[in-house]
Amino acid sequence: MNRVADWLDRRLHLRSVRDFLGHKLVPMHHHSIWYYLGGMTLFLFLVQVASGVLLLLYYRPAPESAFESIRFIVAHVPFGWLIRSVHAWAANLMVGAAFAHLFSVFFLKAYRPPRELTWMTGCVLMALTLAFGFSGYLLPWNELALFATKVGTDIVGATPLVGHWLRFVLRGGDDVTGATLTRFFGFHVALLPLLVTALLLVHFALVQVHGISQPIGASKSDRNMPFYPHFVLRELLVWLAVLAVLIGLATFMPWELGHKADPFASAPEGIRPEWYFTFMSQTLKYLPPTIAGMEGEHVGIIAFAMVALVLFVVPFLDRRAARDQPSLLVSLGGAVFLAFALTMTLLAYFRPY
Amino acid sequence: MRVVAAVLLVVVGAGRAGAADSCVACHTDLGDELAAPVSAMKADVHAKVGLSCADCHGGDPADPDTTAMDETKGFVGRPAPADIPVLCGRCHSDENFMRRYNPQLPTDQLAAFRTSVHGRRLAVGDTKVANCVSCHGVHGILAPSDARSPVHKMNVPTTCAHCHSDPAYMAGYGIPTDQLAKYQRSVHGQLLLVQRDVGAPACNDCHGNHGAFPPGADSVAMVCGQCHPINKELFLASPHRAAFHKLGLPECVACHGNHGVVRATDDMLGTTPTSVCIGCHAPDSKGYAAAARMRSSVDGLRQAIAAAEAAVGSATTAGMEMGEEEVALQSAREALIQVRNQVHTFDPVAVQKGANGATATARDVENSARAALVEFGNRRWLATIPLAMIALVGGLLYARIRALDRERRPPPS
Repeated sequence: MNRVADWLDRRLHLRSVRDFLGHKLVPMHHHSIWYYLGGMTLFLFLVQVASGVLLLLYYRPAPESAFESIRFIVAHVPFGWLIRSVHAWAANLMVGAAFAHLFSVFFLKAYRPPRELTWMTGCVLMALTLAFGFSGYLLPWNELALFATKVGTDIVGATPLVGHWLRFVLRGGDDVTGATLTRFFGFHVALLPLLVTALLLVHFALVQVHGISQPIGASKSDRNMPFYPHFVLRELLVWLAVLAVLIGLATFMPWELGHKADPFASAPEGIRPEWYFTFMSQTLKYLPPTIAGMEGEHVGIIAFAMVALVLFVVPFLDRRAARDQPSLLVSLGGAVFLAFALTMTLLAYFRPY
Repeated sequence: MRVVAAVLLVVVGAGRAGAADSCVACHTDLGDELAAPVSAMKADVHAKVGLSCADCHGGDPADPDTTAMDETKGFVGRPAPADIPVLCGRCHSDENFMRRYNPQLPTDQLAAFRTSVHGRRLAVGDTKVANCVSCHGVHGILAPSDARSPVHKMNVPTTCAHCHSDPAYMAGYGIPTDQLAKYQRSVHGQLLLVQRDVGAPACNDCHGNHGAFPPGADSVAMVCGQCHPINKELFLASPHRAAFHKLGLPECVACHGNHGVVRATDDMLGTTPTSVCIGCHAPDSKGYAAAARMRSSVDGLRQAIAAAEAAVGSATTAGMEMGEEEVALQSAREALIQVRNQVHTFDPVAVQKGANGATATARDVENSARAALVEFGNRRWLATIPLAMIALVGGLLYARIRALDRERRPPPS
C-alpha cells in the first residue's frame, strides 16, 4: 500500500497537497454549521451529474418519445426508477441547499470585502441552478411540465421591452412545443453544465484565495480546525446523511411521472411552477392589472429584477458590513424578503386563488 | 272594432303619403295588438333579409291608404291554418328563390309536411294539428340555431309538449300525453336538458320534424340506429329480429322503452328480477340459458376490470409507474363497451368470445399491478441495505472525527 502511495506521490506530489490541506484552517464558532451548506450543494450537483448521465443513456428528447423513454426507464430499466427518482429529488434538494447556502452567506455577511466576487459568482450559480430546475422540469414532457413551462415562460414574457423576444427564444416559437423541448434539453445537458462547472471552479478558487469568512465580531484567535481531515470528514458525514435522505425519498416517495403532455388539452387544475418559483407567480396573481400606468405584471417583474440586482451588488451597498460593523438594516431587508417569499409560497400551496 | 280600425287607418294613412312601407307605418301608429307584429318583426329572420308584411299577407305597401289592403291588390289578410304550409312553401319549396338567401336550407319541408301525421290531418280539415307557425312562431321567427327559437334543439321538447302534453287539447287523438314527463327522466332528456349536451336527441331526431311520424314497430331499429348504428346492425342480423316481428314487438323499444329510455345497465341482461330477458324467456328455455351465459360473460369482464383498476390505483398511489397498465386497462374498458354491444347479437358464444380476450387483459393488468406493489415492498426492504451501510460508515466516520478531536484537545491542566 505504502509502495503504491510512494509511487503516486513521486508523480503527483499528493503529500504536499495533503499537507497544504492540513494547514488550511476552518474557523470554529457557533455559526460553523452553515459552512457545510456549500459542500452539500456541491454534493447534490455531483449526484445530478452522475444520475443525469445515466438517464441520458435512455432519454430521447422529442415530444413523441420523451415521456415514453422516461416511462421505459422507470418501468423496465434495472434501477431506472431509482436513478430517475434520485435525479428528481436531488434537483429539489439542490435548489433548497443552494438557497440555504446563499441566505446563510447573506446573513453572516460573508460577502464582505475581499469576497465580493465569491458572492457574485455564487449569485450567478444560484440563477443557473434555477435555470437547471426550470429546463429540467419540462424534459419528462408530462402534463404538469408542459403547462408549468407555459406559465413560466409567460412570466418571462412579461419582462418589459425584451420579454416577447425572450419568450420566443426560450420557446423556439410562439408556444411551448417540441422545439421548446429540444432547446431546453440543450440548455440542460450542455450549456448549463458547462457554465456551472466553469463558474464553480472560479467560485472554489476564490474561496481558496480568500479563505473561509468569519462572522462579524468573531475573533481571529477563536478556535480553528484543519480543513483536512477534520472538516473534510465532517463534510463527508453530511454528504452521507444527504445520500441517506435521497435514497429514502426516492424509495419511499418515488417521483411521479404523471400523464403525457397534450398541447391541445386544456390546462389541468392546480397548475403551478416548481415550488422555488411559486412565490413569484403567486405575487403576480395579486397585482392589479395596472400600476401607475404600467401593466401590473411588468411592475412585478421589474420589482423582482430589482431585488435580484440589489442582492447581487449587496457587498457594495452594505458599507457597514464592509467596515466589520453589524448592518441590521440589510439583515432586516433580507429577513423581510425571505418572509415574503415564504408567505407567498405557502399561499400558492394552501390558498392559490 | 273593424270600422274603428279602418277609420284610423284612413286618418293615419292620410298623413303617411309617400312612406316606404305603409303596413309598418300604419300598424306602428295604431299601437297595441295591431302594432305588435311590427315590433316582433324587427327580430324576424325574414325581415333581416328584406322581406316584409306584404310578402306573406299581400297588399300594396306603397299605397298609404286602406286601399293597400284591397283583395284586388293580392291582400290575403290573416292566412287560414290550412293555407299556411302552402303560403310558407311558396318560398321555402322554391330552390331557386331560397338559394339567394340560404343555399344550405332544405326545400322539401312542404313535401315532408304533407307526409306527416300533422300534414295528413290538416289536409282532411283538422286545423288543431301543427302547421309551420305552431312550431316556428309567427312575426319574430328566429333561425333554429338561435337559442331563443322554439325549434332550437334545447326548446324542441317543450315546443312539441305545448300540444302533446295537454290532455284537453289532445283528447280524441287516442295517444298518451306523458311523453315530455318520460323524456325528462330519460337518458336522452337528462343529457339534453340537464347536461345541455346538444348531441343528445330531442323529439324531432327520432320522429322527424316536418315529416313527423311515429316509427312503426318494424322500423324502430332504423330510427335508433341513426345514433346507435352498431347495435342496429347487430340486432337486425340477430334471431330476435324475426321473432320480434312475428310477435309485433317494437324492436329496440321492446326492451329499452321509447320516451322514457333509461341508461342501459348490465342489470337489464340475464335472469335476475331486473332483467328484461325473463319477460319473454321462461326459466327452462334456451333463451333463458343464453341470457344467463351472456350476463356471466359481461359480469366476469366487468369484475376483472374493477379488480385491475383497484390494483393499478394502489400501485399508482404507491408511486409505481403504471402507464402501460393504464393503456391496457383502457383497451379492456373499451372491450367491455363492445361486449355490451355484442349482447345485441343475442349469441352467448360471440359475447363470451369478445369478453374472454379483454378479461385476460384485465387480469394481466391486475397481476402486473400486484407485482409492482410487491416490488414496491421489496424496494423498501432493499433500501434498508444501503441505508444501513450508510449508517455504519457514518458511525465509523463519527468515531474517527471524535478521535481526531480528542487528539487536538489540549490535555486538562
